Amino acid sequence: MKAHLTRRYMLAASHRLHAPTLSDEQNQAVYGKCNNPHGHGHNYAVEVTVSGPVSVETGMVCNLVDLDEAVQRSVIERFDHQNLNTLTEFADLVPTTENLLEVIFHKLKQSFHSAHLEKIRIEETSMNSFEYAGEEQPHR
Amino acid sequence: MIYLTRKSEFSASHYYHNPQWTDEENRRVFGKCANLNGHGHNYTLEVTVKGEIDPTTGFVVDLKQLKEILNREVVDAMDHRHLNKEVPEFAAKIPTTENIAIAIWQRLHEKLKVAKLHRVRLYEMPDLFVDFYGEA
Repeated sequence: MKAHLTRRYMLAASHRLHAPTLSDEQNQAVYGKCNNPHGHGHNYAVEVTVSGPVSVETGMVCNLVDLDEAVQRSVIERFDHQNLNTLTEFADLVPTTENLLEVIFHKLKQSFHSAHLEKIRIEETSMNSFEYAGEEQPHR
Repeated sequence: MIYLTRKSEFSASHYYHNPQWTDEENRRVFGKCANLNGHGHNYTLEVTVKGEIDPTTGFVVDLKQLKEILNREVVDAMDHRHLNKEVPEFAAKIPTTENIAIAIWQRLHEKLKVAKLHRVRLYEMPDLFVDFYGEA
């Protein structure tokens, strides 16, 4: 029997939204406060949903320790308490939550193999959230 | 494809009453909600839009614009209002959470040029919500 499991992680990071191909005025118009030169920060909540058959032996979809380790290694250690703009992942990519979401999804897809990575959801603030399930499957 | 959800809140009053029915039938079907003096809720609205990331801005949609449309089309029209008496959709339709979610979809669907509407989720209370995907 297939089940879905979601675990929530927190990471705090700063960013500044600024597209090098736009003029200063255009950046200000598009990004508003998020374009302030010195950046600002968020407490991001990252919800990772994995799925798979429930093991008859363990009663689990996957061992949470494995998921925690993969998220810790490839997401938390990389992004927590960092300025996203200074990281190589965002050298040519504006660190919007949309782009952060895709970067995290692909990192975790590579580092976690104990169950199927179904979906990642990031809350940037309590009022905004973003979801990505890769490109293969329909989403609801 | 990225799905982006914006939350907003509004408070409104309403009552449930089907004019085709007797008072007893209304009370039997709608219970406490049939009290014609009305009652209120703090509604939480979650609007999900979908799209691809714009390679220049890194955005699926400009959240400022989305917030403005949500405020203009929904919050300003429904917040601190009596839904039965002040929101035209409910002049002849019962303002259940289902019907409010559909009305919000219709309001947004017409005005939302900045992104493709995917889902309207409306919480009447923390333990009760309706999802509408625009399906017939």
